[in-house]
Amino acid sequence: MHIAVCIKQVPDSAQIRVHPVTNTIMRQGVPAIVNPFDLFALEEALRIKDATGATVTVLTMGPPPAEEALRKCLSFGADHAILITDKVFSGADTLATSFVLASALRTLNERQPLDLIFTGKQTIDGDTAQVGPGIAIRLGYQLLTYVSKIRELDPAARRLVVERRAEGGVQVLQSALPAVITMLEGGNEMRFADMPGMFRAARQEVEIWNRDGAGITDLTQVGLKGSPTAVAQVFGPKPKAVKAQRIEGATPAEMAEAFVDKLFADFPQLEGELLAHLDQLAGQDSGLAAPQGESA
Amino acid sequence: MEKFDVIVVGAGPAGNGAAYTLAKAGLSVLQLERGESPGTKNVQGAILYADALEKIIPDFRETCPLERHIIEQRMWLMDEDQTCTGMSYRDARFSQEPYNRYTIIRARFDRWFSDQVKKAGALVVCETTVTELLRNGSGKVIGVRTEREKGDIYADCVILADGANALVGSRAGLRPEITADDMALAVKEVLFLPKETVDARFNISGTQGVVIEIAGNVTHGMLGTGFLYTNKDSLAIGIGCMLSDMKKQSLTPYQLLEGLKRHPTIKPLIEGAEMKEYSAHLIPEGGYKALPQLYGDGWMIVGDAAGFVNAVHREGSNLAMTSGRMAAETLIALKAAGKPYSAANLAAYKRTLDDSFVMADLKKYQDVPTLLTEQPHMLGMYPRFLGDAARELLTVDGVSKRAKQQKIMADLKGKRSLLGLLGDAYRFWRAFR
Repeated sequence: MHIAVCIKQVPDSAQIRVHPVTNTIMRQGVPAIVNPFDLFALEEALRIKDATGATVTVLTMGPPPAEEALRKCLSFGADHAILITDKVFSGADTLATSFVLASALRTLNERQPLDLIFTGKQTIDGDTAQVGPGIAIRLGYQLLTYVSKIRELDPAARRLVVERRAEGGVQVLQSALPAVITMLEGGNEMRFADMPGMFRAARQEVEIWNRDGAGITDLTQVGLKGSPTAVAQVFGPKPKAVKAQRIEGATPAEMAEAFVDKLFADFPQLEGELLAHLDQLAGQDSGLAAPQGESA
Repeated sequence: MEKFDVIVVGAGPAGNGAAYTLAKAGLSVLQLERGESPGTKNVQGAILYADALEKIIPDFRETCPLERHIIEQRMWLMDEDQTCTGMSYRDARFSQEPYNRYTIIRARFDRWFSDQVKKAGALVVCETTVTELLRNGSGKVIGVRTEREKGDIYADCVILADGANALVGSRAGLRPEITADDMALAVKEVLFLPKETVDARFNISGTQGVVIEIAGNVTHGMLGTGFLYTNKDSLAIGIGCMLSDMKKQSLTPYQLLEGLKRHPTIKPLIEGAEMKEYSAHLIPEGGYKALPQLYGDGWMIVGDAAGFVNAVHREGSNLAMTSGRMAAETLIALKAAGKPYSAANLAAYKRTLDDSFVMADLKKYQDVPTLLTEQPHMLGMYPRFLGDAARELLTVDGVSKRAKQQKIMADLKGKRSLLGLLGDAYRFWRAFR
């Protein structure tokens, strides 16, 4: 069995620290980590490896420093690591990313046929959850998203049964292989690498694939060129500087009256609009009444 | 079973200096670092003393990420919130290459240094904490145990470069536990400003830089100092005091730093800067008298773990790199001679240190920590007096200069008896001679 796990290196959002005095965010030196959702995917793949002796290949599309994320996966027990990196890939959205990954996976499939492809359900920096499905569609593989558990796997019969979290419950789905699975969080826990794993990660070569290595010829589908998504603006919502007001009154009725008075005082047009609306409703009433009157 | 010639514990300046030198000489080296990557646990002001690194990597200037070369040193005595009495030394010759001192940003420097270690051939494994030392029947250290499964690793010698806390050596009973009396706690911020602003405010250009060392009551009477260094497009500002003093006064380090930043002398220099980094670290400032046993059967201690810090001159990383290199060179020479790494043979490391500036400087100032701890007025009263005297002389108010001088002397005598003054002068001379 051959399993591919697609991972991404992301900034560790949990380690963005706040200064104790000025309360400003300290962005410098925020470390890069493996996207946490991808670790659930990798752990699930490694459990299959433990049970069946499958080969696990991790791959990522990213800049050269992403090699560190792949080495981390090697330390946990992945057998091979491939970094797909090329200047033309930069600026990619999910469409272009899934194109590159699908091409690389096709190349990998030729070397050793793939049975399963794992991804995390989404990344913590993009949050789109689109790359996994994109890969499945491009490769024509079965697609199982938001999987919380693999119940059965029968490589000989080329089928598996998974639990998928859906609105209002859990779906139990059976699928043929090969399939793409996007893993949910919490279904397993990443193992702590042992010392031999650390040595392997430090020593093993990470394969580097450029566009040729990944078998890509159509450059209009990669990087910025192949990305129809454009980020127009990024902003944080501005908090409104409005203070809460207190309505006083001896009884609830008084309070309600005071509230309505205050409301009309603060928003003078409201009273007029409300009255006009009431008139309109009254008019509709009389309109409804009219035919009855006629028929009478 | 994994077996190396040498295991180096820690990837700071001392560990990197040792691992690089060993790997370059062809020994098999494993360097273990508990941080996520080399440098994540390291904090420094930071000034790089070229000489120490040059003796390890002669052509370091070609690739090393350096900020500014230092052409001017200012020494300021500051009170809590009003005055600053200072002197400065600027020398055009400091702008002649090769430069002697640089400001650096440690996060970048440490990554670079670690890359050189890897290129030299050492195996670097991070996120792995050494929990204890492995010994054979006769007590010789033969490797380390890490917290990972199947985590025992063997080596002919273990170099402990695990920093100020020195946990591995303390746990193994190779050195006493560190105490608050021998430790300073320093905090630091990196404040970003455009390069042009840094240049204008400090009267420098190009890659020229200024360092300011600060003493006086800005530490609220505690034993400690502050600093302000110029990087390319940022400033490093920090303050550190003895841990035991902080405990006594129950002042937090960042209160001290905020006080320093609010001081009218400092405030205009950092105005409008954006804080990008906040860090804190322990500094072993016990000096010569606090040094532990430095070697034994199959082990050596280097850098902060050994307490190689010259607090008077604010040097540490150069002592760390130098001690790391000397430990490595000791092992290289022994291996070449086919001799084992026994305690008797590793004594050569201590002898090399004794003959170097490392021990000479530590010995020179061995009485300073005691002097300043036992005579705290040295740090408080004299700076205040100096400020008052300057204020008296520089305020033109119709009083004759002679009368002003007499008033200043009377002030001084009121603060300290003549014998006390003589005693202080003698103690000072003894400690710094």
